[in-house]
Amino acid sequence: MADPTFLFDGRPTPYVEGQSVGAALTAAGIRSWRTTRLGGRPRGLFCGIGICFDCLVTVDDRPNERACLVPVRESMRVTTQEGTGHGDLEV
Amino acid sequence: MATSRSEHDAVVVGAGPAGLAAVDQLVRAGATVALLDAGHGPGGQFWRHPVPGAPVREVAGLHHDRSTYSRLVDTLHTDGVRYLPQHHVWTITAGEHFTVHAVDRSGDHEVPVEVHGRRLVLATGAYDRQVPFPGWDLPGVMTAGGVQALLKAHGVPAGRRVVVAGTGPFLLPVAAGLVAAGAEVVSVLEASPRARWLREAPAVLRNAGKLGEAAGYLGRLAARRVPVRTGWTVARADGGDALTSVTVARLDRSGRRVAGSERVVQADTLAVGWGFTPQVELAVGVGCRTRVDADGSVVCEVDDNQQTSVPGVYVAGEACGVGGAALAVVEGEVAGAAAAGRAPLPRRTSRRRATLRGFAAAVQRAHPVPDAWMDGLEDDTLLCRCEEVPVGKVRSAVRDGAVQDARTAKLLTRPGMGWCQGRVCGYATACLTARWSGTPAGSGTPAGPSSYDPTGFARRPVATPVTLDTLASYQSRYANRDL
Repeated sequence: MADPTFLFDGRPTPYVEGQSVGAALTAAGIRSWRTTRLGGRPRGLFCGIGICFDCLVTVDDRPNERACLVPVRESMRVTTQEGTGHGDLEV
Repeated sequence: MATSRSEHDAVVVGAGPAGLAAVDQLVRAGATVALLDAGHGPGGQFWRHPVPGAPVREVAGLHHDRSTYSRLVDTLHTDGVRYLPQHHVWTITAGEHFTVHAVDRSGDHEVPVEVHGRRLVLATGAYDRQVPFPGWDLPGVMTAGGVQALLKAHGVPAGRRVVVAGTGPFLLPVAAGLVAAGAEVVSVLEASPRARWLREAPAVLRNAGKLGEAAGYLGRLAARRVPVRTGWTVARADGGDALTSVTVARLDRSGRRVAGSERVVQADTLAVGWGFTPQVELAVGVGCRTRVDADGSVVCEVDDNQQTSVPGVYVAGEACGVGGAALAVVEGEVAGAAAAGRAPLPRRTSRRRATLRGFAAAVQRAHPVPDAWMDGLEDDTLLCRCEEVPVGKVRSAVRDGAVQDARTAKLLTRPGMGWCQGRVCGYATACLTARWSGTPAGSGTPAGPSSYDPTGFARRPVATPVTLDTLASYQSRYANRDL
């Protein structure tokens, strides 16, 4: 049976039951899913246990979710987060 | 309707080895207990479980001491235990009883929860200690604990070609796990010279079981021809959008980098760890006195019964001194029994605790963070990853005389002001400000009167981010009550 998938930046990405967003992305060879607010630098998993907040990502339009903690769900939409993730609020 | 919420004899925070052991003792004494934990299942960082679909399982015996775990976790099904997973505690208040304020994150939206107890056992654990180096913010550079969590819980090796670096016995199981999962471990770089380990041999030998564990990992690494180099460290990480190479360097006996020893190693992943930082903010918030431990960490002061300076508040495990899971279990047992009113502890238990603490102290002495990282920083190396504060900004603030210590650095130049609240950069900021202001921390083991003071970073009134909705809910819930 094929693995279920979720969407990362629109692309179907496989995961296994119970896996975090960060783990599923890592398994798919994806290393970064955020750019920083000031330097626009790429970030991905760092501490992996919810401490560092480096792996923030937008999940179903909610920005600033910790990819290392949030479990993937079928057809979840995960998108790269730019800056604060509230792009519409920026001037 | 003041107390429709149930009150417990004790509230335990943290379901790792210390917390589970405390619950077990409390239950044996007939106490009612609430156990709050941020994780999806019990076990903490040490006893992690593979998620249901994990592709790699049971690698390299990563799940040790199963029998203790099974015994302890059975207690959670006893009457009188209320186990609350995915509950993130954000603060604790003290009145006639303790009120633990948490948010339940098991659903789509966080739900505020208050739990009351007459006694409190805090078993909040620790996370990897980090120090900055050029390129450490590149994707592909991870903490050793994060790499281990990915593998143990999710069955995913963090990368294909991995360098493991830092200091401490924890690096070995991380490397062994990666190898067993099919990753190539290019090398394991243990910063401490081997001689330092031998000096601590007496305490190590009294814990022969631990020695056997390390030998087992070394054997497995040797069988796969993974070089384990002592006296080597990571100097920098390079890559465009992600890590592609790591520069490694040799250290001399005083922990300084040997000029010209640098070598570039191709790797897509770097797992790095420099011991552990205890999580003490909940204890600090409730008023528990802290001290700076031999490894430079802020830890809670406890007495023989694991009781803190605040009567009724007990701390067990890493939060009162980093010492590993076996020590955490013993301390949890002592804390649980004492919180249930069953002190004093049997002589056998206190002897075992003393032996394990001796081992922990030996490990700390054998694995200091060498000073080399401070020499290798560049002005644009980030000190604080959250607020993107470069090293140079803090260094010039110290030179200008505006900043003397970690706390003023935080207030004036913003390291520690971001999402992680200084959990990642607190130690480094304290070391660097102490060095630059002329009262150096010494070779990784800050002691005595100096301006090395990481305590300013340990105060976090809100321990985990909560929504404004959660805070606003207090107004409606307390609107008709005298506070």
